[in-house]
Amino acid sequence: MAATGTMRRSFGSLAFSISKRAFSTSPSPVDANGLKSMNLFSAINHALQIALESDPRAYVFGEDVSFGGVFRCTTGLADRFGKGRVFNTPLCEQGIVGFGIGLAAMGNRAIAEIQFADYIYPAFDQIVNEAAKFRYRSGNQFNCGGLTIRAPYGAVGHGGHYHSQSPESFFCHVPGIKVVIPRSPKQAKGLLLSCIRDPNPIVFFEPKWLYRLAVEEVPEHDYMLPLSEAEVIRQGTDITLVGWGAQLAVMEQACSDAEKEGISCELIDLRTLLPWDKETVEASVRKTGRLLVSHEAPVTGGFGAEISASMVERCFLRLEAPVARVCGLDTPFPLVFEPFYMPTKNKILDAIKSTVNY
Amino acid sequence: MAPWFTRSRNIAHHVKRNMGSFLRPAPTLGDSSWSRSPACLGNSPALLWAGRLESTRAQKLVDSDSENDAHLRDDDQAIDFPGGRVMLTSEMQFIPGYPQQRVHCYRLMNNNGQTNMCSSFEQVSKEVAVKMYSDMITLQIMDTIFYEAQRQGRISFYLTSTGEEAINIASAAALSPDDIVMAQYREPGVLLWRGFTLQEFANQCFGSKADYGKGRQMPIHYGSKKYNYFTVSSPLGTQLPQAVGAAYSLKMDNKDACVVAYFGDGSTSEGDFHASLNFAAVMEAPVIFLCRNNGWAISTPTSEQFRSDGIVVKGPAYGIQSIRVDGNDALAVHNVVRAARQMAIHEQRPILVEALTYRVGHHSTSDDSTKYRPVDEVKHWEMGQNPVNRFRKWVERNGWWSEEDESQLRSSIRKQLLQAIQVAEKMEKPPLADLFSDVYDVPPSILFEQEQQLRETIKRHPQDYPSDVPV
Repeated sequence: MAATGTMRRSFGSLAFSISKRAFSTSPSPVDANGLKSMNLFSAINHALQIALESDPRAYVFGEDVSFGGVFRCTTGLADRFGKGRVFNTPLCEQGIVGFGIGLAAMGNRAIAEIQFADYIYPAFDQIVNEAAKFRYRSGNQFNCGGLTIRAPYGAVGHGGHYHSQSPESFFCHVPGIKVVIPRSPKQAKGLLLSCIRDPNPIVFFEPKWLYRLAVEEVPEHDYMLPLSEAEVIRQGTDITLVGWGAQLAVMEQACSDAEKEGISCELIDLRTLLPWDKETVEASVRKTGRLLVSHEAPVTGGFGAEISASMVERCFLRLEAPVARVCGLDTPFPLVFEPFYMPTKNKILDAIKSTVNY
Repeated sequence: MAPWFTRSRNIAHHVKRNMGSFLRPAPTLGDSSWSRSPACLGNSPALLWAGRLESTRAQKLVDSDSENDAHLRDDDQAIDFPGGRVMLTSEMQFIPGYPQQRVHCYRLMNNNGQTNMCSSFEQVSKEVAVKMYSDMITLQIMDTIFYEAQRQGRISFYLTSTGEEAINIASAAALSPDDIVMAQYREPGVLLWRGFTLQEFANQCFGSKADYGKGRQMPIHYGSKKYNYFTVSSPLGTQLPQAVGAAYSLKMDNKDACVVAYFGDGSTSEGDFHASLNFAAVMEAPVIFLCRNNGWAISTPTSEQFRSDGIVVKGPAYGIQSIRVDGNDALAVHNVVRAARQMAIHEQRPILVEALTYRVGHHSTSDDSTKYRPVDEVKHWEMGQNPVNRFRKWVERNGWWSEEDESQLRSSIRKQLLQAIQVAEKMEKPPLADLFSDVYDVPPSILFEQEQQLRETIKRHPQDYPSDVPV
């Protein structure tokens, strides 16, 4: 059940494939190793199943979760665990999160779904003023640690303003909650189970682009991956790249291309953005002397700024070049202009080269 | 109107093609012969079809033959829309936004503490009544003394429940200790009833080491795990959806308990209020929503807060059984809350209680209400409609209370309060470590760093820091 020592080992390249094929509904043969080919929404579904199985006081709720959810993450759960434990809520994010806080405060595991991260804002007051402060303000008499809020986030190719946002940085500014973002199906299952079982309220952003496209061999058993531990997923010596979620796949491609031009890149998946693993990033920056952060969210005030400022504080004299941030533009997320807005592989590659050649 | 007509015209057209000469063409808009009554069956049968907005039903009728006449007439009366069957009417009538007669207010005891002989209610025992009255007095005196302490600069902030003692105490007396209380901020009497001591109240107000909240929040933000009273937070109404979640937990655990969520008239304008009533109704959660409608939200009177007939009418809008009660009548409040609790638990449903009252005091020590309301008005409620005096008369009339009991209690409470204040004031504050603990279950490494940095700063500049916080 506990996370093994695999978390710090680098995996070379990202361990999953982004496949263009549609999700196959026929059951995949179960590997002798206890692994099963799963995409992201199946892995999430698996984690939720295990959570509901292993704790009779776990609940899954949100808009449309009963029939399986708009992204199929909750398929089959209501049938299996009953409508008392897996249920639809009225269309009201502040209600969903407030309800979840109350449920968690009574010692339950409340797994709330917000249909799109773009719609999480009505719940911002409940998250910031209530969930984040629940334990602290009560002198630890009460807590809502059993609360986990899941929301699909990020670009999907055609989502426009309101189906593509990456709001993680708003939440990273709130002491008392945690923010976790998985990069792949295997990571998602283990991280989500950790979030559900962690005694703190957590916002878990799922990269919707990867729901169907990312397919990976995922262990079928109950396992957890550690929170607040970044993972070096590619080792290198010339420059450190830090990212999370779907962006890592893009960064990985940039790293591969850079390697062909003789630049050795170290790629780190932050995994938990709050509280984040400064030590792993610092160790890497001390090794390479260069840092590049990339995220889909707009560059100004994005979480890259926090990482940059922290590393400059800690590693100023070691740095060979300014910290590069390759991020979304400071605009609302556009539809037709999405390819221009996004921090693409080539934007990252250009930044790698200019940083290395500074 | 037009799209409905167009669609029905299409259906009529389709039907006409299939039924041949049976139908005449649908009339155009404005045709005065249009009527939905069965009597017009012969005149324009096309309109029977025009009334059909469900194309599936139209299809069925197309396939069936004319022996469905009775069925046709039925559908003239009602339609099964998603959400249920609705009766149709040709009379256009808007439901009034405000009733001709306001919802009645339930009361048992008049201002002289006399109960109507006709009204039946479960009697409150002597023991309970005496405790109720004593606690109302205690709350009154506590409010007076703590308010004064703030004025003297000994605590930073305070707000009173003056005028609302009956709501506080009588509602608490009707609950069981297992019922979860999620209060707003003007309900310390509920905590008092359950056993929170004057010393414990003082500790929180002074933020002393013994404060269960560890000195983190402003005064009056009480909380007690022991007494099932969730720690109060300043944002209004946020406790309401949480109350529904907590009630759902009780429901799923099959507990013989409910949640009681308190809030004021102002809070009912918050989105969380509407969210929570709706959720509670859909989830069938055992929660009592208890509104203290005291007429004022700081300086905003209810006429600037909402235009409905108070709060009670909002319950039915969400499908919730509701009642309005005289909040200054301790017996009525007690009776209503007891009944509401029974319903909430045995029927597993939410209940809305609107307790009408008056906020005699200022909103808080940061407010001077003479700036926005006449002193006469306040005096009228303070003197003429005082819930404590009213209940006293009732208790005395039963032979359960005397003038001697009164003076003894008052001087005893006063003494205890002054003592509690002294103790809390002299006590040191919680240690610096409590600034950093409980942010999470376990402190993250960033806080270790920040604590170290802060400690170094304190060593360098001790004059910047209060001396009563042990470092």
